[in-house]
Amino acid sequence: MFESALTSLISGIQNIGFGQIVMILVGGGLIYLAVRHKIEPLLLVPIGFGAVLVNLPLSPLVGSSHGLLQIIYDFGVANELFPCLIFIGVGAMCDFGPLLENPKLLLLGAAGQFGIFLTIILALVLGFGIKESCSIGIIGACDGPTSIYVSSKYAPLLLPAISVAAYSYMSLVPIIQPPLMRAFTTQKERTVRMAAVKKSVSYPVRVLFPLVVTVFTCIIAPMGAPLIGTLMLGNFLKESLVAERLSRAAQNELANVVTLLLGISIGASMVAETFLKGETLIIFGLGLAAISLDTVCGIVLGKIMYRLSGGKVNPLIGAAGISAFPMSARVVQREGQKADPQNFLLMHAVGVNVGGQIASIVAASIMLSILGGVRFPVFT
Amino acid sequence: MTNITAPMVGKIMKVNIKPGDKVAANQLLIVFESMKIEMDIYAPAAGTIKEVAVKEGQTVESETLLAVIE
Repeated sequence: MFESALTSLISGIQNIGFGQIVMILVGGGLIYLAVRHKIEPLLLVPIGFGAVLVNLPLSPLVGSSHGLLQIIYDFGVANELFPCLIFIGVGAMCDFGPLLENPKLLLLGAAGQFGIFLTIILALVLGFGIKESCSIGIIGACDGPTSIYVSSKYAPLLLPAISVAAYSYMSLVPIIQPPLMRAFTTQKERTVRMAAVKKSVSYPVRVLFPLVVTVFTCIIAPMGAPLIGTLMLGNFLKESLVAERLSRAAQNELANVVTLLLGISIGASMVAETFLKGETLIIFGLGLAAISLDTVCGIVLGKIMYRLSGGKVNPLIGAAGISAFPMSARVVQREGQKADPQNFLLMHAVGVNVGGQIASIVAASIMLSILGGVRFPVFT
Repeated sequence: MTNITAPMVGKIMKVNIKPGDKVAANQLLIVFESMKIEMDIYAPAAGTIKEVAVKEGQTVESETLLAVIE
């Protein structure tokens, strides 16, 4: 009697494997980065905690359908619910005003997505399947919810690695982008001052914009309807000015609650058997390539616009084409001000940045529609 | 005399100067926030602060006068 009780008490220790110990350390490392260095604490604390919980031996939290974390995962991650709920909040936070004042900026946002497609090719060359490659490439959108959405649909086994890579690189944008920005532009280009945006966007335009984009995107890429639809619903709540309480709830309570649940379920998907693989490292490498290529493509188009405009466009704003909002707009502002303290590129950078947000969702939608098209003939 | 104006809509987070202060060119004068992004406003030239037109916490429109340097 006493002996069997003792055995069940120490069975935890007997059942812990090397992989679990490594994963608990990884989870602990994420928590450390968040607490000590304040790196994305709102995400890394729940992810890290989830990773520790799930790797404790004989953890009843996942595996069985009654496990707490399993319930949350099945409820919101496995079926793309959480990313879409987050998008309502993101939409309510986004101000498309600077983009509407200068619609040309959308081109730079689109250029910021080229890296995604280049990375897909790289991943295919490295031997990943087409669905896995697309899910990896989307890390280049630098957008956590989109990455989770795409990979939960097409590469659920890679989801933990892809989402952790996407969120880590989002927070590393201020470290990854500046060296590339400096390498690909000249001092003269960086000091270009762009005229302050004065024209204000009228109410009808602000309200119609989310509706028009939704209809347009859903027609060309119907699979993207949940993503673009929720983003633009959030934006419509904000811009319509009649549902302010809902808009505020989406930006704060909804976004925060879902971020918490999303964080622990991503953490909970980081089980040793699926995460501790060479593949994970390759995915991190490809993700870094995707973001760097996006940045470079954006800057190169920025340089072309600089030439065409006779030196009126600062190529730095092209770097904001990835959708890490508002991190990359902030990086552009910093770098511009480093070259010339009197230079304020923020509004233009934000325009490119929200353009990138839209463009990355459109890119994901097109990808989903094409993959959907690839899939159906096989099964029907 | 140089007018320093707000580059865009935003909120004044920190005012580092008061009238009578001597400032050097490119010295940090005001910290400004727009769309949750903090930005620094530096002195365009050396001089003396003649007027500070805004307070911390105040919301400003684009082109609002922030301070005057003489």
